[in-house]
Amino acid sequence: MSQNNNAYWQANVRLILISLVIWAVVSFGFGIILRPLLSGIAVGGTDLGFWFAQQGSILVFLVLIFFYAWRMNKLDHEHGVDEE
Amino acid sequence: MDQFTLNLLFVGASFALYIGIAIWARAGSTSEFYAAGRGVHPVTNGMATAADWMSAASFISMAGLIAFTGYDNSSFLMGWTGGYVLLALLLAPYLRKFGKFTVSEFIGDRFYSKTARMVAVICLLVASITYVIGQMQGVGIAFGRFLEIDAFWGLLIGACVVFAYAVFGGMKGVTYTQVAQYCVLITAYTIPAVFISLQLTGNPIPALGLFGSTESGEPLLAKLNQIVTDLGFAEYTAAHGSTINMVLFTLSLMIGTAGLPHVIMRFFTVPRVSDARWSAGWTLVFIALLYLTAPAVGAMARLNISELMWPNGTQGEAVSVEQIETDPEYAWMATWQKTGLLGWEDKNGDGKIQYYNDANADLQARAAENGWEGNELTNFNRDILVLANPEIASLPGWVIGLVAAGGLAAALSTAAGLLLAISSAVSHDLLKGQLTPNMSEKSELLAARISMAAAIVVAVLLGLNPPGFAAQTVALAFGLAAASIFPALMMGIFSTRINNVGAVAGMLAGLVVTLLYIFLHKGWFFIPDTNTFTDADPLLGPIKSTSFGAIGAAVNFAVAYVVSGMTKETPQEIKDLVESVRVPRGAGTAVEGH
Repeated sequence: MSQNNNAYWQANVRLILISLVIWAVVSFGFGIILRPLLSGIAVGGTDLGFWFAQQGSILVFLVLIFFYAWRMNKLDHEHGVDEE
Repeated sequence: MDQFTLNLLFVGASFALYIGIAIWARAGSTSEFYAAGRGVHPVTNGMATAADWMSAASFISMAGLIAFTGYDNSSFLMGWTGGYVLLALLLAPYLRKFGKFTVSEFIGDRFYSKTARMVAVICLLVASITYVIGQMQGVGIAFGRFLEIDAFWGLLIGACVVFAYAVFGGMKGVTYTQVAQYCVLITAYTIPAVFISLQLTGNPIPALGLFGSTESGEPLLAKLNQIVTDLGFAEYTAAHGSTINMVLFTLSLMIGTAGLPHVIMRFFTVPRVSDARWSAGWTLVFIALLYLTAPAVGAMARLNISELMWPNGTQGEAVSVEQIETDPEYAWMATWQKTGLLGWEDKNGDGKIQYYNDANADLQARAAENGWEGNELTNFNRDILVLANPEIASLPGWVIGLVAAGGLAAALSTAAGLLLAISSAVSHDLLKGQLTPNMSEKSELLAARISMAAAIVVAVLLGLNPPGFAAQTVALAFGLAAASIFPALMMGIFSTRINNVGAVAGMLAGLVVTLLYIFLHKGWFFIPDTNTFTDADPLLGPIKSTSFGAIGAAVNFAVAYVVSGMTKETPQEIKDLVESVRVPRGAGTAVEGH
C-alpha cells in the first residue's frame, strides 16, 4: 500500500473507531446499561435513559453519519484519493 | 360514504399510483432491472431506501409491540436505526467502490471462491425469505382489516397482489415507486399521530408530545405508568427484562440491518462513493421521521385503549358489553373482531368487560372482591394497534383509509425489494454465476420472475404458522443476516488476512448456529410444538432466539479468524483488490459480473 493510502486508511479507521464509541455509548450505554446512573435526570415524566432509548440515540446516529460523510469527503480530498 | 368504501378508495388510488409509476419506468435491460442504471440522486435514493427498509414490521407492528411492553421494546427503535451507522461507516462506500451488482458477487470476488459466493447466496435466501414471512403477516392483517375478512384470506390475497406488483419492474420501477410509497406511508403514519398528540397533550409534534403533559398538567408518561400499574401491568417506562438480552437483541438488529442484502444493494445504485456515504444519512433521516413518532404512537394508543376499557377510571366500573356494541366510539372493536385478531368475552356474565392483568396478585385480590373471572379482553393482537389507532382515537374516516393505504405501502415496498434481492440471488448469482453461465438476458429475467413466485409461495406456507408478531418474525430475519452476511462483508473490507476457507467456514458456522437456536426455540421451520425450548425459558441464560444473531455474528468472526490462520494466506492480487476498495479514487460505474 502506498504511504499516502496507508495514512488515509489509518485516519479513516481512527474516525470510524471514535464514531463507533459514541454510537455504543448513547445506545447500549445511556439507553440500556447506564440508564440507572441517569435516573436522577427527569425528562417529561420519566428519565433521560428512557429518552435516549426511544429518541435520543436515533438523533445521535443521524449526526454521526452526516459528520462521518462530511469528514471523509474532506479526507478524500486532502489525501488526493477523491473521485475526479 | 361508509368506511369500507373509503378504505377501498384510498388503497385503490395509492395502488393505481404505484402501478402507473412502475409501468412508466419499466425495466428494459438486466442492468436496469437490478440497479436502475445508477442515475439515482442520494436524497431520492435515501427516500426509496427508507421505503424499502420500513416494512410491515416498522409501520404496522413495531408501535404495537412498544405499546404493550413499553421501555423493554426500545431495542426495535435503537436497533433498526443504529444499523445505519454500521452500514454508512463500515460497508456502503466500499461496496460502492467495488462496483458490482450483488452482495454475493463481492463475497465471491473478495474471497476468490465460487463456494463463498454460493454460501453467501444461501445465507441471503434464508434471511430474505424469513423476512418476507413477516411482511406477508403484515399484508394479511392489512388486507384482512380493510376487506373485513379473516386474516388468513387477507394473507392469500396479499400474496397475489405482492406477486403481481413485484414482477412488474426491476429496481428502476421500484425506485420511483418506492419514493411514492414513502410519501404515502409517512403521511399515513404521521397524520393520525399528530391528531392524537394534539388530543392528549396539545402538542402537534408527537415526538415531543410523548414527553409532554396532559390537560391536567400531569406528564403523559407518568399518567400512563399510573394507569397500567393500576390494572396490574408492568410499569411502562421501567426496565423489566434482562439487560444482557436487551443489549444482544439491540445489537442483533443493528448488525442485521447492515447485513440485509436488499438494503445494501441500494448503495450500489448511487453515482459516486461519496454519495454512498450521504445516501446512508439521508435514508436514516427519512426513517427517523417515522421512528421518532413510533414510540409516541405506542404510548398514546396504550393510554387511549386503557381509558376506553375503563371509561370511569381504573377504580370505577369497566366498560359494558352494551356500550361496546352500540357506542360508535367502540365500533372499531366489532370491525377488528371480524379479522380474528381482537376478541373479548364476558366471562363472569356481569355485562361488563374487565381488562386487567389476571396474573397480578393485587389485581387477583380485586377480582375476587368484585367477582371477576379473569381478563375479559381475551385477544388483542399487537399487530393491529397501528392500523386500529385512528379508529381507537375516533379520528375521521379518511384518516383510517389513509392508514390502511400506508400500511400496505410499507409492506409492499419491502416485499418488492426483498423479492428483487431473492430473484437476483437466484438468477444472477446461482444460475448465471454458477450453473448456466451462458444464459441469455431474456432467460435470466424469466428465471428472476419465477424465483420471485417461488419465494412468495414458500413465505406464505411458512407464514401460516408465524413464529411471532410481524416485527418479531422480522427480527429473526435480522438475526440470520447479522450472523452470516455482515461479518463476511466487514472482514472482507477491513482485513486482508481472512481467506476463502475462513470466510466460508465463518458464514456457515454463523448461519447454522443461529438457525439451530431459532428452530430450537420457535419450532423446526416454525411448525408449532416442534420446539425444545421456549423464549420464556431459553437454552442459554436470558438469551432469547431473537437476540441470538449477535452471538452468531461473534461465532462467524471467531471461526473465520481461526480457520484463516490455519490455512493458506490470501493471494497478493486479492490484497490489492482490498486496497483498491478502500480508496474512492477510480470508482467507475458498476459492471455486470460473471
